[in-house]
Amino acid sequence: MSSLADQLLVLCLLINFAVLGTSRLAFSVRAVALQGVLLGVLPALVHPFSWHLALIVVSIMAVKGAVIPALIINAIKRAEIQREFVPFIGYIPSLVLGALLTSLAFIFAAKLPLAPEHAGLLVVPASLATLMSGFLVLMGRRKAISQVIGYLLMENGIFIFGLLLADAMPVMVEAGALLDLLVGVFVMGIVINHISREFSTLDTSRLSALREE
Amino acid sequence: MLRQGSLGQRVATAGALLASLMALPAISYMLTAGLRARYLIEWNLPFGSCELALDPLTLIFLIPIFLVFAAGSLYACGYWPASSKPASEPPLTFFYGLLAAAMAMVVVSRNGALLVMSWEVMALSGYFLMSAEHTDPEVGKAGLVYLVASHLGAASLLVLFSLLAGATGSFLFPAAGSLHVSSSLAAILFFAALLGFGSKAGIMPLHIWLPSAHANAPSHVSAILSGVMLKMGIYGILRVITFFPERPLWWGELLVVAGLVSALMGICIASAQKDIKRLLAYSSIENLGLITAGIGAALYGEATGSSRLAYLGMAGALFHILNHGMFKPLLFFGAGSVMHATGTREMDRMGGLSSRMPWSTLLSLAGAVAICGLPPFNGFASEFLLYLGFFGEARSSQPLLALGAPVLALVGGVAVISLVKLFGITFLGAPRSEGAAHSHESPASMLVPMGVLAGLSLVGGIFPQLFLSLVNPVVGALALGAPAGYAAPVRPIALTAAGAALPLLAGAIFLVLKRRELASPRATGPTWGCGYLAPAPRIQYTASSFGQLMGSLSTPLIRSRTSRGTVAGVAPVEASFRYQPEETLLGKVAMPALRGAATVSAFIRRLQHGEVQIYMLYIFATLFVLLLSVR
Repeated sequence: MSSLADQLLVLCLLINFAVLGTSRLAFSVRAVALQGVLLGVLPALVHPFSWHLALIVVSIMAVKGAVIPALIINAIKRAEIQREFVPFIGYIPSLVLGALLTSLAFIFAAKLPLAPEHAGLLVVPASLATLMSGFLVLMGRRKAISQVIGYLLMENGIFIFGLLLADAMPVMVEAGALLDLLVGVFVMGIVINHISREFSTLDTSRLSALREE
Repeated sequence: MLRQGSLGQRVATAGALLASLMALPAISYMLTAGLRARYLIEWNLPFGSCELALDPLTLIFLIPIFLVFAAGSLYACGYWPASSKPASEPPLTFFYGLLAAAMAMVVVSRNGALLVMSWEVMALSGYFLMSAEHTDPEVGKAGLVYLVASHLGAASLLVLFSLLAGATGSFLFPAAGSLHVSSSLAAILFFAALLGFGSKAGIMPLHIWLPSAHANAPSHVSAILSGVMLKMGIYGILRVITFFPERPLWWGELLVVAGLVSALMGICIASAQKDIKRLLAYSSIENLGLITAGIGAALYGEATGSSRLAYLGMAGALFHILNHGMFKPLLFFGAGSVMHATGTREMDRMGGLSSRMPWSTLLSLAGAVAICGLPPFNGFASEFLLYLGFFGEARSSQPLLALGAPVLALVGGVAVISLVKLFGITFLGAPRSEGAAHSHESPASMLVPMGVLAGLSLVGGIFPQLFLSLVNPVVGALALGAPAGYAAPVRPIALTAAGAALPLLAGAIFLVLKRRELASPRATGPTWGCGYLAPAPRIQYTASSFGQLMGSLSTPLIRSRTSRGTVAGVAPVEASFRYQPEETLLGKVAMPALRGAATVSAFIRRLQHGEVQIYMLYIFATLFVLLLSVR
């Protein structure tokens, strides 16, 4: 693995903290988009060139860097919210927990039974750290848009893990995963619009009225 | 007859009648001709092939299913018509059919997984049927208890069939007598079957769900729940018993004791009820207890080598299954007609219905006589076989089982008290309330099914050989120590003679008394006027006063909670008295235990939070623990 790829992964980890520590939704979306673009570049650095790879890189950068962020930004504009005001987990605690989970990710990665050529790489801990940051956002924020951002962050973490397998992964699987993601975000965008229209709020903690008493 | 129903109800009823008309002759033919059939359905289930089979044991249980289903569907057209119950009629009609189909599936399936699935469909359709009036909090509570009990029973069945699959290697039922397992595993299997199937059959003390469930359901639903669904539990026990090549003696002893205890306690509690349908529900516990005791006696006879007892116990039990599937629906239909006419379930508010509803009265009387085990109805024939079986043991080397005969006699006596109370308070005397005074006869769609069932009960009493010819092949196929050609020690013609003689004797006595009455001077007054100058309907015997002696004897089982105002002075002010029978086992043991379980499990309910974020936390915590446990 080249040192450039490692540096990009470190950048991804830093972007996690940026998302965890900000209340501005538009900034979060752009940070996740940037992360997506970085991740799109990564396969090109790790694996030898092939047309299959080129296609994956281009489509990932397009979807993660442009299409999905555009959809979400659009939703933010329509719902007229800029900030996540009172999260369940505050921004400073989020950062502290994020740091804790990132360091734990390194410990977990050391414990995982990996193939010998993958042991010691930065890929696995970065993947776990991004995944857990995504979980943290999902758990700590109220707004439905923040939930989408957490979901994207989690997906990025899973994608990093997939880097290890990229040359073994057929193009159809990649395309399918991307399509899933796109449709997922699309549906969430629609749901968000409906929630904000019906309840004039995007606070998902108000949605608990459906639970069984 | 079908006029009152909606189109859906009419189609459903016509379908039910057609199905029964086709099925019942076929079943009778297959039983008497000794035919069997097997079907293999191509179905890619992970539980092995899906096998259905018709053997004598299955066929005998199909008879009440088809009989009561058709009768109940027809009855529903008059009792629960779409015109007066537009909201609850469609689901009720749908689940009525589903319940019958699921029950038929339970008895024909030869695969444990398929049986459990059909069992669940049956239990759930039963739940939706009985909670038709779910807005009533009492119905909701009864439904909840039913659902919990049903799931506990199903859990026991899962244990049973998983162990069975572990022992045989597949979910297919082992062939009769081919399951060779260690005696401890056999005991566990037997207990699992007894818990799982016995809770559905309402064997005490697994009966706690039964009375309120059957009392709160619409009457045609109570009829099928009580007349048929309870028998599914008996079917399951019998089916599991046939797997084993030999059955230890204590199985029979346990079943005899459990059956006799349920019969006696059930009927004692029934005698103190004031709700007409609760009384009938407790009487179902009694009848199922008699059936269980008969099966136990057959097992006992098999283990001790007494083919006489084995035959009489099993034939009596199976015959009683058929009979109870006729007269209990008949009585529930009668109760439904009464409720339809008066709008109440409390017997203390009825009375004097015989003049306004002559046909319902006559048919209910037939049902009441049948369930008391009196000739000339079928209850007499089957209970007589059980009496004979127990009584014959007096001459055996260990006459302990002969003690069952006096218990049966006691049960029969208390049953007469209970049913005389039910019939007398409801139909005789003067009306006790406005509703009773303005009652009306039921439509033909309700009377015809009752008439058919009453006619069958009469046929079964006068020509028991007809029904015995259906029962005998089953006894032979079960081969519980009774050889196939074993004949009853009593000739059926004797039962016919007894069935004919008793009504003749009663008729003769009636005529003599009538003549004597005509000869003496007559005075007319209201019934039970007791010579008062201005008798009011309220001074009649009530259900509680009629049952007070019996009630005072059974206080350990059932206690009446009474509340009364004080009556003092020469001209006392208006005072009231009310009472509510309360079953001790239910009120003092079962309900506190359930409440305790609810308190203990309250923290699990807190997990069901409703917050998306908390659910994410659960997922995250799971992931975290999994990652931690990697080594």
